[in-house]
Amino acid sequence: MKRAQFSSPLLPYFLLAPQLAIIFIFFYWPSAQAIQSSFYIEDPFGFGATFVGLENYTTVLGSSEYLRIAQFTLVFTLIVTFLSLSIALVLAVKADAVLTGASTYRSLLMWVYAIAPPVAGLMGIMFFDQHIGPLVDLAALFGWDMRVGVNYYDTAFAMVVIAVWKQIPYNFIFFLSGLQAIPKHLREAAAIDCRSELRRFWTVTLPMLAPTAFFLLIINMTYALFDTFGIIDVVTRNEPANNPLTLVYKVYLDGFRSNDLGGSSAQSVILMIVVLVLTMAQFRFIERRVHYG
Amino acid sequence: MSRFKPLDHLILMLGAFVMIAPVVMAFLTSTHSAVEIHQNGLMLSLGDEFLSTYGKVLTHKGGFTGQVTGMTMLMNSLILGVGFAVGKIILSMLAAYALVYFRMPLASLFFWIIFTTLLLPLEVRILPSYEVVQGLGMLNSYSGLIVPLLASATGTFYFRQFFRSVPEELVEAARIDGAGPVRFFLDILVPISRTMIAAIFIIMFVYGWNQYLWPTLMTNDEGYYTLVRGIKTILLAWIGSNIPEYNEAFALTILAMLPPVLIVVVFQSWFIKGLTESDK
Amino acid sequence: MATISLEEVRKIYAGGVEAVKGVSMDIADGEFIVLVGPSGCGKSTLLRMIAGLEEISAGTIRIGDRVVNRIDPADRDIAMVFQNYALYPHMSVYNNLAYGLRNRGVPKDEIDRRVKEAARILEIGAFLERKPKALSGGQRQRVAMGRAIVREPAAFLFDEPLSNLDAKLRVQMRVEIKRLQKSLGTTSVYVTHDQLEAMTLADRLVVLNGGAIEQIGDPISVYEQPASTFVASFIGSPAMNLIPVSVRDGRAILDSETAAGGAGLSGPDLGNGAGYTLGVRPEHFVPASERPAGPGDLSLTVTTTVLEPVGAESYLYATIGGDSATTGTVANSAAPHVVIRVPAAARHQPGEVLSFTAPADRIHPFDKTTGKRIPR
Repeated sequence: MKRAQFSSPLLPYFLLAPQLAIIFIFFYWPSAQAIQSSFYIEDPFGFGATFVGLENYTTVLGSSEYLRIAQFTLVFTLIVTFLSLSIALVLAVKADAVLTGASTYRSLLMWVYAIAPPVAGLMGIMFFDQHIGPLVDLAALFGWDMRVGVNYYDTAFAMVVIAVWKQIPYNFIFFLSGLQAIPKHLREAAAIDCRSELRRFWTVTLPMLAPTAFFLLIINMTYALFDTFGIIDVVTRNEPANNPLTLVYKVYLDGFRSNDLGGSSAQSVILMIVVLVLTMAQFRFIERRVHYG
Repeated sequence: MSRFKPLDHLILMLGAFVMIAPVVMAFLTSTHSAVEIHQNGLMLSLGDEFLSTYGKVLTHKGGFTGQVTGMTMLMNSLILGVGFAVGKIILSMLAAYALVYFRMPLASLFFWIIFTTLLLPLEVRILPSYEVVQGLGMLNSYSGLIVPLLASATGTFYFRQFFRSVPEELVEAARIDGAGPVRFFLDILVPISRTMIAAIFIIMFVYGWNQYLWPTLMTNDEGYYTLVRGIKTILLAWIGSNIPEYNEAFALTILAMLPPVLIVVVFQSWFIKGLTESDK
Repeated sequence: MATISLEEVRKIYAGGVEAVKGVSMDIADGEFIVLVGPSGCGKSTLLRMIAGLEEISAGTIRIGDRVVNRIDPADRDIAMVFQNYALYPHMSVYNNLAYGLRNRGVPKDEIDRRVKEAARILEIGAFLERKPKALSGGQRQRVAMGRAIVREPAAFLFDEPLSNLDAKLRVQMRVEIKRLQKSLGTTSVYVTHDQLEAMTLADRLVVLNGGAIEQIGDPISVYEQPASTFVASFIGSPAMNLIPVSVRDGRAILDSETAAGGAGLSGPDLGNGAGYTLGVRPEHFVPASERPAGPGDLSLTVTTTVLEPVGAESYLYATIGGDSATTGTVANSAAPHVVIRVPAAARHQPGEVLSFTAPADRIHPFDKTTGKRIPR
């Protein structure tokens, strides 16, 4: 721990003030509002609100539509996380293994990181377009009559493909730098101790990569939960109808389209709890790593 | 260990192809006319409509939106990206400086107040945030676009980590050399943080530029539309049109990704350093 | 130029740990003082308190006639050289030297004069426009010294400035620091854990242990009259041999059963009973064949284990006792070990039994419980 160096009576508070002000107005205040209004039902004509206790929560959790969306969100999150992590890991391991051109491959594989999810989504729906989309033609070769935007599962498939494509570079960057941080002498020791390359990967490389992998696991889950909003909004073409949706999209729909403030807030709070559990897990893990690493 | 491995290269090339091909195809297609695309699908050759399509998207009002040109949206995106990045860097450097270098009675309380914001993304409090901004009369304004996005401690976290890694003797030497807190910050700390500032600028610029949900809610005055926000209007215009303006949609897509992709590619090493070194 | 005086200086950390326990000393104008001790002995904390980088929990520090307890480091008229040099990485060497002077409002041409002068003394004139990154370790060390010199301070404070250099450079810089300090005549306080560095540099040594002063004195007197077993084992390499003994009828008997030999110790304070430690430096043993034990001398029979040649001489590692021991058993591993300096030409084999003596005036008696020297 660093020794604090200056003891000035007011200066540190001036330095903190701008950040604290913004955090209070745009983080704590709205968060508190969300929690508060999750216990009220707003009058549809705007004449005040009635305290209803947990009714919003029971309504939300009792709704079969909400549960169906929650189920899809879970499956979607798991598939996107698994695919984007494993594909990125394979690519990172290969990029780390080749001696020539590693940095070229890194440049080629990483830049998609900079593309916004909705932009990726827009490109995606044109590739999955009924008239011009090459991926639809490709699917047709295998007898798959793909109808993104019409068929529930085809739409979900397109969402997963786009979300994974967009997320691979991020994971790839972290995996590759994690791999390159493994000390050379450790690899050499492993090469002397163990002949099988695959076995070396499982017993030496992967455990060394575990902290990175865990960090990415949480990041990818939050990505799939929240940052895919743009992709979903674009793929469903602004027409949720019978399309697959995620929980965040549902919060947005109920809050801004249906003006169900209480219900949307209750959903927000449920999501808050989910994220909190995820990030707490991450913090605990990082803390452990600090102590023992 | 140094054998040439053709299979590894094959896998990597395949990966690179999957990453790059869609964007290249999108660009090539954007240089053809809408009718051509409608008839033949996506293109693998350079068309001759590049100048006219991009010129139209950038300078003509109308098309997908009634009142703004692509140029205006590009400017708005730049304002959002740069404004967000600069705001973030200033706020978080000041706060991190206070947390790391000063003795304060309430230091740990402030630490928790600030770092709790890492727990919850904007999306889970989107509706009340909208109401706060509405109440402050900040809808359809650049400050309304930028400031609420600043309410998270990511930058502060990065700078705190970095400041803690700066050798302590440096501030001690500076104190003996007669530098007070302000002078130490400006003369020593800011200059030695240059690489870190550059890395965070890139990350935050990309993050700000790529914002979608928040600008979608915040702005209904087209004068404040960003390119990414403009995607939504493409979708709305598409519904019910006979021959969609595929070329213009692709052109807008390319424009929307070009600046962040360029900045990430050009400043790759800084960007990777900033991104990966700050997860600790 | 100034004197520095410390009066009952204490450092107590928030957790209650007392890092410095009431240290008092007076440093003369122009004196080179070295604070030496193992890590955690409080030497760096003490130096940082003199510098003003660490608050003083109790006591008084004066630089010149001024009590500096509450004075900012910049205003104490001191300069400090850090272990990792703490050069500003983004500034040229010139600006590293000039920064402190600019902050104090020294006129531009005066700054230029002083920087050039320091660069000339330290032979770093050729690097003035380079950044620290482009310099070697030794060059960086010189720049750090230069930054101290240009301030023309009342005192230099050195915090292990040579420990990041390789062995050869360390010796070279050590000589240079001493030469520089003598020619500038600036009062200096120097912290190190390296006893050799301490011995060679100091006008006076301050040996610290556990936050308190164990001994103050010029290097030779500290070496020859260590005040405690701690100082005895810390100053000198290889360390002084410490042999636990009891005294019976004026004769010292080794505590270990298997041991042979002994010393006829006389003196007013050495009564009968257990509880002494005898210290003998490796170079003070003489083969018994050359110098038979006289009255009050120590005589020892040892079994050799290892001979370590270092060039000009060799060090013989041995256990006390041997075949001629009273108990008749072979030297065992529980017997105390000694190190004896022998001529480089000596060719001893492991397992040889040898006898040595040490003259009475080279034997240092210590109290076994307190570790303090017993005056003779």
